[in-house]
Amino acid sequence: MTSTYRTAEGGRIDRSTTLGFTFDGEVLTGHPGDTLASALLAAGRHSIATSVKLGRPRGVAGAWAEDPCGLVQIEEPFPEPMLLATTVELFDGLAAHGLPGQGRLADVPDSARYDAVHHHVDVLVIGAGPAGLAAALTAARAGARVALVDEQSEAGGSLLSGTDQLDGVPATAWVEAAVQELAGSPEVLHLQRTTAFGSYDDGFVLALERRTDHLGGAAPEHLSRQRVWRLRARSVVVATGAHERPVVFADNDRPGIMLAGAARTFLHRYGVLPGREAVVFTTNDSAYDAALDLSRAGVRVQAVVDARPDGAPHRRAECDDAGIPVLPGSVVTGTRGVERVTHALVAPLAGGQVGPSSAVACDLLLVSGGWNPAVHLYSQARGRLRYDDELGAFLPGDDVDGLAAAGAAAGVTDLAGCLADGQRVARAALASLPLEPAADDRLPSAPESGTPAAPMVLWRVPDTSGAEGTTSFVDLQRDATVADIARAVGAGLRSIEHVKRYTTIGTAHDQGKTSGVLTSGITAELLGVPVRATGTTTFRPPYTPVSFAALAGRDRGRLFDPERVTAVHGWHVAQGAVFEDVGQWVRPRYYPQPGEDMDAAVLRECAAVRSSVGILDGSTLGKIDVQGPDAAVLLDRVYTNLMSSLEVGSVRYGVMCGVDGMVIDDGTVLRLAEDRFLALTTTGGAAKVLDWMEEWVQTEWPELRVHCTSVTEQWVTFPVVGPRSRDVIGAVFPGVDVANEAFPFMAWRDTTLDGVPVRLARISFSGELAYEVYVNAWYATAVWTRLIDAGRRFGITPYGTETMHVLRAEKGYPIIGQDTDGTVTPHDLGMAWAVSKKKPDFIGKRSFARPANTDPRRKQLVGLLPTDGRTVLPEGSQIVELHPDGVLPPPPVPMLGHVTSSYRSAELGRPFALALVRAGRSRIGETLHVPLAGSLVPVEVTASVLVDPEGARRDG
Amino acid sequence: MQLIACPWCGPREEVEFSYGGQAHVPHPAAPADLSDEEWAHYVFFRANPKGRFAERWNHSAGCRRWFNAVRDTATYRFEAVYRLDEPRPVTP
Repeated sequence: MTSTYRTAEGGRIDRSTTLGFTFDGEVLTGHPGDTLASALLAAGRHSIATSVKLGRPRGVAGAWAEDPCGLVQIEEPFPEPMLLATTVELFDGLAAHGLPGQGRLADVPDSARYDAVHHHVDVLVIGAGPAGLAAALTAARAGARVALVDEQSEAGGSLLSGTDQLDGVPATAWVEAAVQELAGSPEVLHLQRTTAFGSYDDGFVLALERRTDHLGGAAPEHLSRQRVWRLRARSVVVATGAHERPVVFADNDRPGIMLAGAARTFLHRYGVLPGREAVVFTTNDSAYDAALDLSRAGVRVQAVVDARPDGAPHRRAECDDAGIPVLPGSVVTGTRGVERVTHALVAPLAGGQVGPSSAVACDLLLVSGGWNPAVHLYSQARGRLRYDDELGAFLPGDDVDGLAAAGAAAGVTDLAGCLADGQRVARAALASLPLEPAADDRLPSAPESGTPAAPMVLWRVPDTSGAEGTTSFVDLQRDATVADIARAVGAGLRSIEHVKRYTTIGTAHDQGKTSGVLTSGITAELLGVPVRATGTTTFRPPYTPVSFAALAGRDRGRLFDPERVTAVHGWHVAQGAVFEDVGQWVRPRYYPQPGEDMDAAVLRECAAVRSSVGILDGSTLGKIDVQGPDAAVLLDRVYTNLMSSLEVGSVRYGVMCGVDGMVIDDGTVLRLAEDRFLALTTTGGAAKVLDWMEEWVQTEWPELRVHCTSVTEQWVTFPVVGPRSRDVIGAVFPGVDVANEAFPFMAWRDTTLDGVPVRLARISFSGELAYEVYVNAWYATAVWTRLIDAGRRFGITPYGTETMHVLRAEKGYPIIGQDTDGTVTPHDLGMAWAVSKKKPDFIGKRSFARPANTDPRRKQLVGLLPTDGRTVLPEGSQIVELHPDGVLPPPPVPMLGHVTSSYRSAELGRPFALALVRAGRSRIGETLHVPLAGSLVPVEVTASVLVDPEGARRDG
Repeated sequence: MQLIACPWCGPREEVEFSYGGQAHVPHPAAPADLSDEEWAHYVFFRANPKGRFAERWNHSAGCRRWFNAVRDTATYRFEAVYRLDEPRPVTP
């Protein structure tokens, strides 16, 4: 296929290299420097996709991110939906097809890398057009630390799309010199293909750098595909240019209808003629450049249709010379053509009335309704916009702290003005640093532009087609029309935010870059109010779509969240343990032997512990070292129990409550010295409890001389559990008298093993005789191995969290956060014994006396035994009570509570459960029911302690 | 993402901080002497103004110290930060 619409020369493409690609299966070619859109236009292909609701053919209407039409899906090299043909840089092997407004996510994992970089600068300049380059040069020359980011493949902005001269030479030469100068400045970071998509408080800007997308299949694997830049700047210069605004008329969506400035970009930057016969419809001077440039390039310009009664008198002579008819006081009222525009319907406009139209043949209809400054980033940073009646656009109002717009983004319309404005804004930023501008801070001079004729603000052309606005498209991506806005207003909507949501205008991929201000204008017209009263909808990040993969960066898969493993993790892995996540910890859940499933393994592990000895890696338990003369005072206040009476060498179980009296954590406390305690917390509660203690010490009791330090990672904890644990401990630690009288329950003893300090504590979370072994994590594997070796003759069985849960549940020991949910008091758990009556106060004490907390109908922790002796109740199951006659109460059936823990018990020979049940303790002995899979499972309510309620086993 | 000026560390990104609710709500000295209603006010009731609000903040991913701040809940702007042992500053 020859590129019949490619110019013979000019543009910033490399004609010496040909790139092959396919679109909708058609094999096509282009050149380096092309976008997918320019390569398609060069092949004469305008119709790219169909619209989302109406299925109307749509083409390329813009030249960059403002295009509301040209949505494509890339298939090769990696599938990616919803990209704009205008922003996809062409590469060899690209395969894409047009999209009807919706794409398809890849069904294969994305193998590309994504990453993020933090960067801090004095001045961040967004946009490398004339204003941005001027600003960056000014700041860099003054010695400021500068970042310049620009979304295009090369710097220059609008200068790439025109024929401007600076200092008498093509402006692109100045761009090249400026880029070189910046590259030579050590404090300047200059990024192209980098879109600043979000602007936040205090100079924080997020930008997405597309590092290898343009390389296609040739992208090196070691490079991240996209990078999120987290930029923090003392001053931000928003030099993001302006988007051309269309005018709405009937059938304004046909392929071949394009913004006038976009046509100029395709011609000058990509060497593409967007058509052969053009009609140019404008309300301002800027489209005359497009008409004249296209004419010079060989396009037959049938007419410039200028809505202004007098047109642009100062451009008249040029048009006459070029043989371009100018029709002032005229508008385009409609078009013909299906896959491509064939005619523009042109009619005079006078006094708001449209005269009879005549059809002008064309394959290209260029439209310009003026320019909207790209105020997105300014507005996102909570800059307030003001409406300019002359330009028909919203401009940045007052400067936001540390952020200012420059150039076309601030409403400046001429090149000399943009250069000067960039420099002005950069100098203001320097003054705030403060830095002096460089002595030689010269900018090139631009030729004087002639006296422009004032633009006319025209949102829409009255619809004379009979379609009553239903084909006058405002938001092409949403297929939303003037008729839709009229319907919204007719339904009583006044707020532009409501109109947006009613019509969906501005909610598509392009976020209303071309439709937003039009909607404000048309809504204001329909309501008969000034546009400034209507305002705009809120601009929110991202400016252009950003993939979730880029935002996730490296935080996915195993790096999504830190993984904490204990010092003996390798041993567990070698033993074939099955692991589970407990918070960030990875803990062995059970150790299956060949042929065992979890149930079988857990029953075996439980039986081994209760009949002989088992060992658990309990290193994840939270450990807080509480030191200071007032350590005991602090603990008395945060635990419900009395801790100050604890003797050195002893251990006490304690419960912690919030001020509302609800249990937040529990654990044992070892008194190491008069002024030192080791407080143990649940695995999941470790950080929370440390924070809790810190909060009270810092905010309420700063007079307490006490410090709290996490030592969770420093100490490993290995509970050795079961009737033979004394034999194992005695064998490994001969320096300790393990006799019950010498080393009683709830006592701790220090010893050494080959010179390494070891602490032993008689703490039991299973009801069995048990010793917790504490040692510096450095020696963990050695000590663990000694314990395993010494226990071998008793068949010592390593067990995981599942067995730990069964053993503790058999004893009615609750897990805070599993058997409780933040509405459970110690009394509800049957732990009134752990609540001190001697202490005048502690956190939560007063709440226990609230009537709601003493209500006998509160939910209480009890045991449940399914009477069939077989059913394992799913945790979370609801519990109901039948009428005395055995009938379920009518709906809504009162729910008495729910199952919080449920397991098979080797010891009991049957499944059992713990549950929170309304007035549970008064129901012991009753039969309740659990609805399960369409039937009602009868369960007997029991006390929460089902194994060894008299505590006979704890001393072995 | 705004910067919050920790009185100890200086300006840091807001993700390093956690919120602690209304400031200057001391734990009652003698809870036992309070009526249920008075106690409930301490436990459950907090102001929720639009505008300036004295709040507790914790530099939880930094120095882990608590401090107070006066923040405008309508603009999110921090107007003052101060240590716990300092009185609430008078903001203009």
